Amino acid sequence: MLAYAFRRLGQSLIVLAVMSLLVFVGVYAIGNPIELLVNPEADDAERARAAAALGLDKPLWVQYATFLVRALHGDLGNSFVYNIPAIQLILDRLPATLELAFAATLVAIVVGIPLGLIAGLKPHSWVGRGIMAGSILGFSLPTFWVGLVLIMVFSVQLGWLPPNGRGSTVALLGVPVSFLTWDGLKHLAMPALNLALLRLALMIRLTRAGTREAVLQDYVKFARAKGLPMRRVIGVHVLKNIMIPIVTVIGLELGSVIAFAIVTESIFAWPGTGKLLIDSINQLDRPVVVAFLMVIVTMCVGINFLVDVLYSLLDPRVRPGGAPAGAH
Amino acid sequence: MRALADPTLPAPAPAPRERSPWRRFAAEFASSRLALLGLALLAVLVLAAVAAPWIAPQDPFDLAQLDVLDSQLPPGSHSTAGKPYWLGTDDQGRDMLSAILYGLRISLVVGVSSTVAALALGIALGLAAAYLGGWVDAVIMRVADIQLSFPAILIALILLAAWGQGVGKIILALITVQWAYYARTVRSVAMVERQKEYVEAARVLALSQPRIVLRHLLPNCLPPLIVVATVQVAHAISLEATLSFLGLGLPITQPSLGLLIANGFQYLLSGKYWISFYPGVALLLTIMAINLVADQLRDILNPRLKR
Repeated sequence: MLAYAFRRLGQSLIVLAVMSLLVFVGVYAIGNPIELLVNPEADDAERARAAAALGLDKPLWVQYATFLVRALHGDLGNSFVYNIPAIQLILDRLPATLELAFAATLVAIVVGIPLGLIAGLKPHSWVGRGIMAGSILGFSLPTFWVGLVLIMVFSVQLGWLPPNGRGSTVALLGVPVSFLTWDGLKHLAMPALNLALLRLALMIRLTRAGTREAVLQDYVKFARAKGLPMRRVIGVHVLKNIMIPIVTVIGLELGSVIAFAIVTESIFAWPGTGKLLIDSINQLDRPVVVAFLMVIVTMCVGINFLVDVLYSLLDPRVRPGGAPAGAH
Repeated sequence: MRALADPTLPAPAPAPRERSPWRRFAAEFASSRLALLGLALLAVLVLAAVAAPWIAPQDPFDLAQLDVLDSQLPPGSHSTAGKPYWLGTDDQGRDMLSAILYGLRISLVVGVSSTVAALALGIALGLAAAYLGGWVDAVIMRVADIQLSFPAILIALILLAAWGQGVGKIILALITVQWAYYARTVRSVAMVERQKEYVEAARVLALSQPRIVLRHLLPNCLPPLIVVATVQVAHAISLEATLSFLGLGLPITQPSLGLLIANGFQYLLSGKYWISFYPGVALLLTIMAINLVADQLRDILNPRLKR
């Protein structure tokens, strides 16, 4: 078991190293930030001094080595634009993104599981078909398009919800959050719903499939035969059994939620990491771009590692006896 | 349809008389009115996109045809010359209907060409993995696994942050994002197919390896691939629109539907909804039409893949 975890950890580190190289070389190949940051009338000596101050005069591999050593110490360089540590910038914006991500996940769970249960219990009914059609829509509509329609309806037409920003925040354990104020909650509603949509469609599908399978099982028939009311059979017996894949997917999707938050944050001008990334790409603020991508790549790799190891703990069949994890 | 265990066998034909596979396919497809509607819609959209230079009221790229005095007019208003703007105009006085027709062209070209190229690449790598096995298989599948463990939009963002804007660049990024799906599908189908008797028969005939793979194995792997590819065209169009909306996809000189929506976004809050909304409707219709067709194709071609 421990050997498997270590081998899996080794693989994760290799993936991380490859991705960091890809991100670093890729991002550092774009444009010349000196052109943007230095006064256009500056002479060559001044440009060279600025380049040296930012470490841009050294060969790429030296820059990468420096970057890697520093990254291991938690230092991902200073933002060219704000001149503060890039990681600091990201950590400052992270609570907003995490709040959005959690709110979206919560919406997906609270709305998606009941809808999926209904669709699974009555798959051929009018309601069941309607829910499935809705989930197909949720899968195929681009996130940004739905965000646009939300703004059009709720901000422009009805004037109920503010179209952008985070609203007033209060500090909870030193972290600013929106959901504790009415104003913040109003700001949070549309972005959270928007980001939840894809997850919602996924939740509905998973719950529906799980429910359809579960209601045919003997334990459900037995519980019914024992005289338990349908509500209890579904609420306790069925739900408990379909929760395992659902929880797994929620965990696995966390990285993807944060990746898709980039889109949602751009539409609703939500001051999180995703908006920071797009702004930084446009301003050629490379350290911030690299730092963001490294943080999210690390998160994805970390989540996959945890899920794999947890699975092998829970289900010994997953553990391959000597074969590499990818072997089929 | 559940009794259909072997997808290579012809489906149990409802009509007793002998019909060609294509006729049967068409009949099965037509069994769903929704799918027919999707197909008709898709046909109209593709025709409109192809015929854009002839049917559009205006060439949106020809600055001589634009009149700044006509900018931001609501749908149904008339130009200073008396011509109607059915869907209004944008901030530069461009007829939205014409811009949408041209934008649809670009969106479809990017979506279809990237999917076809990714399909070709995926088939080549998937077949290589399935047939050569060993380290080739291990390397290809490992790379696919790693890539699929990241959200597609993240990979595309990393690539475009590095490469910048451009039609060629976004097509390349979309190919990179998509090939792994096809490679996996081809490999898994080919692994099953190569065990079958017709492949053995071809081998007994001493046909060359490439001939067996390309003429015998590949055609039998195609049905699930067609299903995946159809859905992927919609995904590619949607992803391109998203990236263009974020300002990372196409350059402003090649406005796809996503870029048109992005351009109109700033006017949305002042109530000038049409600049963003109608390109959005066109995008929605395109994606829905493709999905309706793809759903029916999945039901016909691969009953086991039914979600």
